[in-house]
Amino acid sequence: MKEESMIRGADIVVQSLIAEQAEIIFGYPGGAIMPVYDALYDYHEQIKHVLTRHEQGAIHAAQGYARVSGKVGVCLATSGPGATNLITGLADAQIDSTPLVCITGQVAAHLLGTDAFQETDVVGISMPGTKWNIQVRRVEDIAPAIAKGFYIARSGRPGPVLIDITKNAQVDFGQMNYTPCLGFRSYKVHQPIDPNAIQKAAELIKQAKRPYLLFGQGVVLGKAETELKFFLDKTGIPGASTLLGSGALSEDHPNYVGKLGMHGNYAPNLLTNQCDVLIAVGMRFDDRVTGDLKRYAKQAKVIHLELDAAEINKNVKVEVGVLGDCKESLSMLTEAVEQGSHPEWLGKFRELEQMEKEAVMQHDITPTKVGLTMGEVINQINRYKADDAVLVTDVGQHQMIAWRYFQYKKTRTQITSGGLGTMGFALPAALGAQLYDYSRQVVCVVGDGGIQMTIQELGTIMQTKAPVKIVLLNNNYLGMVRQWQQMFFDKRYSFTELNNPDFIKLAEAYGIKAQKVTERNTLTESIEDMLIHDGPYFLEVVVEKEDNVFPMIATGCSVEEVRLS
Amino acid sequence: MKRYTIFVITENFIGILNRITIIFTRRGINIDALTASESSVDGIHRITIEVTTSEEMVVQLVNQIEKIIDVIKAFYHEDSGVVYQEIALYKIPVARLDGSLEKIIRQHHAKIISAEQEFVVLEVAGHKEQTQELLEILKGYGLLEFARSGRVAVAKRMRTIDQYLS
Repeated sequence: MKEESMIRGADIVVQSLIAEQAEIIFGYPGGAIMPVYDALYDYHEQIKHVLTRHEQGAIHAAQGYARVSGKVGVCLATSGPGATNLITGLADAQIDSTPLVCITGQVAAHLLGTDAFQETDVVGISMPGTKWNIQVRRVEDIAPAIAKGFYIARSGRPGPVLIDITKNAQVDFGQMNYTPCLGFRSYKVHQPIDPNAIQKAAELIKQAKRPYLLFGQGVVLGKAETELKFFLDKTGIPGASTLLGSGALSEDHPNYVGKLGMHGNYAPNLLTNQCDVLIAVGMRFDDRVTGDLKRYAKQAKVIHLELDAAEINKNVKVEVGVLGDCKESLSMLTEAVEQGSHPEWLGKFRELEQMEKEAVMQHDITPTKVGLTMGEVINQINRYKADDAVLVTDVGQHQMIAWRYFQYKKTRTQITSGGLGTMGFALPAALGAQLYDYSRQVVCVVGDGGIQMTIQELGTIMQTKAPVKIVLLNNNYLGMVRQWQQMFFDKRYSFTELNNPDFIKLAEAYGIKAQKVTERNTLTESIEDMLIHDGPYFLEVVVEKEDNVFPMIATGCSVEEVRLS
Repeated sequence: MKRYTIFVITENFIGILNRITIIFTRRGINIDALTASESSVDGIHRITIEVTTSEEMVVQLVNQIEKIIDVIKAFYHEDSGVVYQEIALYKIPVARLDGSLEKIIRQHHAKIISAEQEFVVLEVAGHKEQTQELLEILKGYGLLEFARSGRVAVAKRMRTIDQYLS
């Protein structure tokens, strides 16, 4: 029986999203999600929908939006192939702790398990790649599932949630009384910080001669940027960033010493094995950061400030684990430690930094060779970019170079696929980031390999007029793989050279203003033109074909074996 | 490598077992035995998993299981920390029932829980070593079918489910 106050399940879906203050949905329609799309037609003034050109584009765009805004990214897709096309993005969001709510349509409940048209077990498939997922088969379960999904996605260590809604639930009528989820018994979000752990950590820091702090994305997710800065200000401890931690501390900070990891800076990697106390904040000791674990910071007493209990002692055994929100623990720790400075120890970082400048950076930024380098492109972007410009990168050589040379001044300005290393991430992610704020500078640096994995999203950029600045660093190679082939596989360049299309024509076909740079003397001007252009812009820079990224910690090597060449 | 019992206290939701077992699959860990059933508290399930692995690995497994949104608590014990029991059923042809078998039944504290025209079913509760021993003997008596449960276990530590719920 349908009562007056009842509405369709599809309307409940959209009204629930609006109740969660979702502003924008990235999606792609199809059979099993059509009732929701039909409902969206009525709500276009309350919630925006962006039609991407592929579901993978939709989810990466939602990721870009979530990463730049700190809000939950929302994604909509149909059943079967629509749903499976989300999987890469889910896995990416899971490993990089990005809050997402993805809603997929599903065949009607009575058809489940019958191999119906476009039926796939997306709940089963997405299980390892989601923080939580659920299938909703009844209209009355829609709103509670969406409420719970948003709560789970954004609370604790954020992550992606998938809600699969059968078509019958979307077309059935039910009551809409939305109650936001505020918690439930199996999921404890708030961990009170153990004051004893803080005391122990403060004691270790007090006695340390060469303390060293590593910070990761946890600082950004926990909104603890100010607390991190205060801690470093007070203690004088040098601090280095992980790939996703970049931006959490301005690179202008006097204690900032650089970037960690396989292609990070020389000093921060090398000196990891010389510190006596290592303070890790909101990071998970990824293998790209630690290199060979058996030879990682063995001399140091490790303090780990971390929200996710499963991360403490997972890769690196700690002396003191401080479980909980780093915003709280950092400020408690700042209070417990004494004012200090470590000029000699910090000097060591600066000394090695000088070595890196001479051995690597000079070549990268002010090359003497004819061919353009990726580093000089980023360096020119630095000259003209706004302080809060967002850098979105894909995966590979350009990603490492852009990260190394981009000057991060503000938080949430670094968007890249860190843990999963998803080629094709950048273009849609940049679109998503830009749609959060049209007025913000969003620079999408991408390689000629990666861009072709999701290049169809130029169409979405055209349609939305998102003023993304796309910088294609074209070396006609899958550059990072080629570099490994050169270094570790006897220069056997197996299937890494690309015959590329005319990217300029391609961009122009999408109505995007495009320019190609092949000579150094036009680079600066072109970048300036791009950044002041009102609207999307495609800048292709033809760079040196066989340039390599250094420093490098080769696979299986220790952080102290970081190479400059 | 040691034998560990992992206890999982969880909401009784569809797919929860799948979410737990993929944690083992991903790390290439074989589950020796698994039992799942309703607990003493309504709506709460209790899963007991037996694995042979290193303590380092079992800690990782438990941490990852506990991270599952619908899992309330996960913990592990070595054999010495739990009281456990397994149940085994043996199907024997009636024709092979004789005096020697009667002696064996008595010695192993087995019970005849069903007697049909063609076969009888013996039941033994105990540790795997005991049920295995009887299995080897009964193979000599034309054993028709054998089934053994996973471990049912309680921890020696004094905590109740309610304490995990609060």
